[in-house]
Amino acid sequence: MNVDTDTKHTTEAPAAPAAPVAEAVRRPRRVPAWVAPAVVAVVLLSLPFSTLRIPGLFEGTLNSPSTLHVLATCLVLGGLATSYDLLYGRVGLLSFGHALYFAAGAYLAVLLMGILELPLLWSALIAVASGTLLALVLGAISLRVSGIALAMVTLAFAQAGSILVVRDPGRMTGGEEGLSLNPDLVPDAFIGVVNTVNLYWLAVGYVVVALGVVWWLSATPVGRVWQGIRANEQRVSVLGVNPYPYKLAAFTVAGALASLGGVVYLVVSGGVTPAITTAEFTLTLLVMVSLGGAGTRWGPLVGAVVYTYVDHRLLQLAASDVFDGLPAVVRAPLSQPLFILGTLFVLLVFFFPGGLAALPSRIHAALRRRAAAA
Amino acid sequence: MSTVVLLVVTGLGLGALYFLIASGLSLIFGLMDVLNFAHGAFLTIGAYATWWASVYLPGAGGDGVGFLVAVAFGVAAGTLAATLVELGVIRPLYGRHREQILVTVGLSLAVPALVQAIWGADPLPFPRPELVSGTVTLLGAAIPTDRFLLIAVAALVLAGLLLFGTRTRYGLIVRAGVEDRAMVTALGIDVRKSFTLVFAIGGAAAALAGALGGLYFGVITPFQGTSLLVFAFIVVVIGGTTSTVGCAVASVAVGMVQQFANYYTVAGLGDIAVVIVLAAVLLTRQGGLAKATAGRVA
Repeated sequence: MNVDTDTKHTTEAPAAPAAPVAEAVRRPRRVPAWVAPAVVAVVLLSLPFSTLRIPGLFEGTLNSPSTLHVLATCLVLGGLATSYDLLYGRVGLLSFGHALYFAAGAYLAVLLMGILELPLLWSALIAVASGTLLALVLGAISLRVSGIALAMVTLAFAQAGSILVVRDPGRMTGGEEGLSLNPDLVPDAFIGVVNTVNLYWLAVGYVVVALGVVWWLSATPVGRVWQGIRANEQRVSVLGVNPYPYKLAAFTVAGALASLGGVVYLVVSGGVTPAITTAEFTLTLLVMVSLGGAGTRWGPLVGAVVYTYVDHRLLQLAASDVFDGLPAVVRAPLSQPLFILGTLFVLLVFFFPGGLAALPSRIHAALRRRAAAA
Repeated sequence: MSTVVLLVVTGLGLGALYFLIASGLSLIFGLMDVLNFAHGAFLTIGAYATWWASVYLPGAGGDGVGFLVAVAFGVAAGTLAATLVELGVIRPLYGRHREQILVTVGLSLAVPALVQAIWGADPLPFPRPELVSGTVTLLGAAIPTDRFLLIAVAALVLAGLLLFGTRTRYGLIVRAGVEDRAMVTALGIDVRKSFTLVFAIGGAAAALAGALGGLYFGVITPFQGTSLLVFAFIVVVIGGTTSTVGCAVASVAVGMVQQFANYYTVAGLGDIAVVIVLAAVLLTRQGGLAKATAGRVA
């Protein structure tokens, strides 16, 4: 990758790092397949070294701790959305309980560190292993039903977890307050404002793992059975393949990736709150995936990054005096990011099916139509 | 003994609340295959409209006839909201179940957020009419009076739905549509007309649940509907979507399990016990709901 492309993409990166990339994926004959991941990797790797200022998008320079922290959060949710898309986009399973495995990773890790005073690495390993096991067991039960019933059942399990956390049994989970990370047990490299860049690297690492696992599995024979299940489950079983173990495999892998994401999220944000256990959180994951484009290579990541960034930005704007001049009727709804994002999502479903990942091909089609007309 | 009586009546009251939400949900799902996440939003609208009317609407109030007017206003608002959602948002997406779910998900996030933007996130105290405040002593147990109101209203709604289903032409079409939609369409009946009707009924019942939930909990919050909706989903899964009576039985069962487990074990375990019951039902019955839906919903 030469310096030219590098700087060019750095300037565009925060808004939509993969917009030019998705275009590249659409035209495999002209651009080799490795170019897209390479460009994204270079952009992500060069961000912490860039002192560029993007007024309007970020407050400080790109490598300032506050910007890096926002980006790290965006990336963690990007990885999580990618793991959710493994279920929703790749296998066609509508799960409304993905927050449970994310929260399981985060809460188990923080509890292991708080109660048993295990170091971060061991807590993380045990938390991810337990989260994976949880996904395996609950998946085995919930996948006995399919379609909408599956959605309801996974939602119910996740709700049970959410209630458990909020009710605070034995004063362990901190209830509504959540828990914060004990800094003594976390490696020094992740502590302090100066080391925000390391949190960013951690988030980048998680995204690479999540994307890598999902892409790799989708390319294996298992991935092809998933594709078949997504298209027509009945036909898959008629062909003599029992879909159940394949669905359970997808559920478990997605759960494992989600609990890993939970641990990373815990370290990046320095604590957990019950907000990540709720059904609303899973619903926002669904919004992220549909926003980016379900079942596409980059869609979930892009959707999650855009959603998380916009959410963060709207909260900032609501807290600032930007809206003060507006009448109360307009100001009140604008101060609720969830209202804006929910409404945008409804409009998106209507006028923009396929999400952001479908954008390049739509533009192409429009240009071609115009060219044909002219 | 008195504790058991108290728990039974409270469990029935909670079950009544679940039934009001789940009956509409299961009708909508049974007829249209739409998993309506916006149902919690209708509940929120009903609760806040009732509260608003009791405070600001002339003629309505927090007591006596005024309260009835306020509840009627809340139910009307919920019905209107449900009708508008069906006509404006669900109807253009007929036959595309995924998109319909996504749209209702968007609404379920946006509507409570809007309510929160207008009236704040803090719980609002809900008016309590004289008639249903205080307690009644039954078999030695002091039972809050509003529980009886909840049970009575739910019984009325159940009777109304059963009469509607068996005695009216539209009820017949709805029941037949739940059974086999394709066949009803093949007989030359436009099933889609009844979709709006079912949505309106569901919205009205949910709004009523919102107003009664305000009585039950004493306060209303913007996201109350969403948490009640989860239990309504569980009721629908356990009770199936084909019969209103099944839905009522499942509602009562879920309410009872929750109350008894909450009292005799640690508080909060009741909610989890409900989920365990759900898992047991799924494992033993091979998914009552799944049979009806596996082939219909992708």
